[in-house]
Amino acid sequence: MVRRRHDFHRWWLPQLLLGGTVLALLAAMAVTVTGNMALRAMTVSLGFLDNTARFPIAESVMAYSPVDGFAWAFATGLGNTLLLTATIIVASILLGIPLALARRSGHLLARLSAGAFVDGVRNTPLVIQLLFWYGVITVSLPSPRSAFQPLSGIFLTDRGLHVTTLGITGTALPLVVTLTIGLVATATLAWRGRLHQASIVSLGTVVVGATLWLALDLGLRPDVPRLGRYNFVGGLTVTPELAAVLLGSVLYASGFAAEIVRAGLAAVPAGQWDAARAMGLNDRQSLRLVIVPQALRIMLPPMTNQFVSVLKNSTLALVVGYPELNSIANTTMNHTGHALECMLVLVLAYLTLAGGISLAMNALDRRTARWTR
Amino acid sequence: MTFVRSAPEPVLPPPPRGRDPAASSTFGSAANIVTTLVIAFFAERSLPHFLAWAFTNGVWRGDAADCRDAGACWIFLHEKAPFILFGIYPEAERWRPLLVVSVLIGLTLWTMPHRHWTRATLLTWVVGIAGSLLAMAGGVAGLTPVPPSAWGGLPVTLLLTVLSLALGFPLGLGLALARRSRLPLGRWLATGTVEILRGVPVLTLLFIAAVMAPLLLPDGMRVETFVRALVVFTLVSAAYLSEVLRGGLQGVPRAQMESAQALGLRRREVLLIVVLPQAIRKVLPPLASTIIVVIKNTSLVMVVGLFDLVSAGRVVLNDPAWPMPYAETYLMIALVYFAVCHGVARYALHQERVLGEGGR
Amino acid sequence: MTGRLTTCRWGVLALFCAALAGCSSEPGRQAPGGPTLAEVRARGYVRCGAGRDTVGFSAPDAHGRWRGLDVDTCRAVAVAALGDRDKVRFVPLTGQQRITALLTGEIDVLPRTTTWTLQRDAGGINFTIPNYYDFTAFMIRADSGARALRDLDGASICVQTGSLTEIVFADVARRHGLTLHPVIFDNVQSTRQAFLSGRCDALATDQSALVALRALEPDRRYTIIPASDDIAPLTPAVRHGDDQWFDIVKFAIEALIVAEHLGIDRDNVEAMRGSRDPAIRRFLGVEPGNGRALGIRDDFAYQIVRQVGNYAQVYDDNLGARSGLNIPRGPNRLRRDGGLMLPIGFY
Repeated sequence: MVRRRHDFHRWWLPQLLLGGTVLALLAAMAVTVTGNMALRAMTVSLGFLDNTARFPIAESVMAYSPVDGFAWAFATGLGNTLLLTATIIVASILLGIPLALARRSGHLLARLSAGAFVDGVRNTPLVIQLLFWYGVITVSLPSPRSAFQPLSGIFLTDRGLHVTTLGITGTALPLVVTLTIGLVATATLAWRGRLHQASIVSLGTVVVGATLWLALDLGLRPDVPRLGRYNFVGGLTVTPELAAVLLGSVLYASGFAAEIVRAGLAAVPAGQWDAARAMGLNDRQSLRLVIVPQALRIMLPPMTNQFVSVLKNSTLALVVGYPELNSIANTTMNHTGHALECMLVLVLAYLTLAGGISLAMNALDRRTARWTR
Repeated sequence: MTFVRSAPEPVLPPPPRGRDPAASSTFGSAANIVTTLVIAFFAERSLPHFLAWAFTNGVWRGDAADCRDAGACWIFLHEKAPFILFGIYPEAERWRPLLVVSVLIGLTLWTMPHRHWTRATLLTWVVGIAGSLLAMAGGVAGLTPVPPSAWGGLPVTLLLTVLSLALGFPLGLGLALARRSRLPLGRWLATGTVEILRGVPVLTLLFIAAVMAPLLLPDGMRVETFVRALVVFTLVSAAYLSEVLRGGLQGVPRAQMESAQALGLRRREVLLIVVLPQAIRKVLPPLASTIIVVIKNTSLVMVVGLFDLVSAGRVVLNDPAWPMPYAETYLMIALVYFAVCHGVARYALHQERVLGEGGR
Repeated sequence: MTGRLTTCRWGVLALFCAALAGCSSEPGRQAPGGPTLAEVRARGYVRCGAGRDTVGFSAPDAHGRWRGLDVDTCRAVAVAALGDRDKVRFVPLTGQQRITALLTGEIDVLPRTTTWTLQRDAGGINFTIPNYYDFTAFMIRADSGARALRDLDGASICVQTGSLTEIVFADVARRHGLTLHPVIFDNVQSTRQAFLSGRCDALATDQSALVALRALEPDRRYTIIPASDDIAPLTPAVRHGDDQWFDIVKFAIEALIVAEHLGIDRDNVEAMRGSRDPAIRRFLGVEPGNGRALGIRDDFAYQIVRQVGNYAQVYDDNLGARSGLNIPRGPNRLRRDGGLMLPIGFY
């Protein structure tokens, strides 16, 4: 390609003007903001992050207490946001694929009910769905005294879902280390495409794990929830807030995931099916070997957008009282008055997370490109 | 023996392909029978309960006392519907939001057929929206002024949707074109703007607009919360729409532009007459999804203190005289949204079919 | 074809203008800086933070009219600044948003049941004078048998975020070594709804709100347990940096209290103008000087009493017998009646 000198009037001038305007706008905004802040005697500093937060956080993945600092409160919120995002993404795909298949199936009832479900969740706002599910859980379910027990050891009340957990008795550290190493190694090998070696490593991990179990004389002890004065104590508790967020968001997101999967499958030309059959593959084989790899590439870009939406929609947990990053930032703002700093932290956090999702999905896209070829 | 036909050959239907007839698809194979049974099992477990709740035990007349220990409390909705639909708008003036809602819905229905896509319709829209805003705000023609903080319910939802789409579309088109510009600076700026708007949750943006706006604006300048929410929704829908339009623009072959230019059309005409219609035709389904996202986003304004359907619903549920019929209330609000969103989706499907036939 | 395109452009332009009309319809003050009073006067009304649902303090009634103790406090400020109780606009804010809204200049005064605390005071706002003394308390169903704080161990408790209550709540748990499970919402409605639906065993908030809630639910029985002896002075606040506005708001509130102390109410205020008591004459502006010192009209206190009332009347209208809430005055009586409300001299 011949390198051409750029014409001043059509290349440099418009860009100079544009850049100048944008810079002027930004400068004007900076002047306005600093002027306004000076007028209101507001200061900018991140020093407050070390102060004691003092406010409680209802529940969190990470350990938090009101004596921790604001910085840790933010981290706690981030942890909750990540938990929501990851769980919703995984669960919505697991639910979305069968929904998409049901919508494509020849079975009339399955097709119609899946279609009605997908239409329903996609065409109503998530806020309403969250409020609805929270109402269902807190108003319709019985109080702890008359808990509903679908299975032994599982209790369903308006205080949430209480599940019996199994705790390991004895020194479990070597076992945990072995399993972690095995899992990481398997995942790495599988990612590199060395499926054979991955299966050997995973089998080896199981064998070593079982040997350790017997050698260390480990045992299992169930932790059964029992009724205290007010609530169930012990076991694992999923609060109504978390349950409503997960239930509502997963159903909502699965509707979108189903549409993406369906569109991806539909976008593979019908001739590919015919060609696969002509080569003697049966339906399942042609789906797995021919259709899915091609559909996957088509699905990845809309899936990336969908995952970012899940991240952004996790802020709606606010309406049912689940504390995630956005809500904790707002509370911090209220207790410290450092609105600008909190907002900046918040915006940067979400941009980073959204960017991270895009990067990860692009990496996946490059890998799929290699399979497809 | 003759080889000349005296009657035309009957047109044969295409060979069956795809969907089986209902009966065989439901009971045709072992797998299908199992699926049917599973669905039937769930239906049997849930449907009778639902029907009993909604109809047999539903309370259709009476008062709050009748709703205790009964099924669906429909009478509650009958009582509270005006408040849910129009919020805290002064009672004596409720005909105004009602008028606005009718005008907006009427205009939308009128615009749907192709033959109504004219200059006159566009003008009517502009007049209709301006008139709606005036009718809501009052202060002219002897109408009592009602500040936007007292607007509520359905008209707020509809106005925000219509305005943010109408203002966001040209903005989004501009962003999409800028991202395809030959000037790198233009591309970077547009990309940065779109990515920031798409990466930050709408709730966070609304919060910034709600309480941070006075810091960003010159001192003493005030903007109504309604307008701030509108600015956020406009920017967000512009960012979403620009992504969709960009995809469509990429799909229009370069030759189309070149041949249009060869015909002597100016650059603007090339864009509006030749390129854009083809681009939009290519992206109708994602365009409809984006519009639906914009509509659903309006349900978030409750966090900035605007009184939309959802916040009105939350308020009526707090009436201690009633036994908290949350399911009925949220179902009703969801139904309003569903009607609008589903309508958009259906219309887009219809257009896709019509325009698809008209296309190449 | 060109004609059609031009129309399109005009249509878009017109839409933009319609949207902009919303921005420009409110006249703004042009000069930068300067005191809040000048801005309020140029604008023509006071912007006042309000709660959507704090019944008795600020909430719109069934007809969309704002009512409550804080609403009347705002009206008193509007009378002081502009001479008219209706020259005020209420900006509904959640607990999370209110302080930020005051700091950024979204509102001129924040009376929204905000407790005076050190960190808030140091964080960019100034508290004027308490218009209500409250306690944080827990309300629990009577059939739970709970009588004291230690009976709450293990309970789920609904709390509203953005309020001092959430910090007091955390303190109670730490002080008494209790395990309390908080369920935290960003608004009063959700918090209350969660408590009533049975999601929580107890509801933690200001005692006044609990009493009001209990009054609305006559057929249910509840016990109210104070969280501590610490008093929570609910105090209207203004931004740092404008001492004149600070003083105006302070004495607009004080006018309500002093009027009660002097025995002036909205029914006898006209007659009182003829009083020979120098304190009353000064208060009502018959002897000029007080208003001028603040930079507002001299008869501001007279106008406040005439248009809004005295503290006893405002209390009665919104929280006392005439409101249906029937909250006893308690610490909110005047000092001479054994309460905490201090009349500060109008000298």
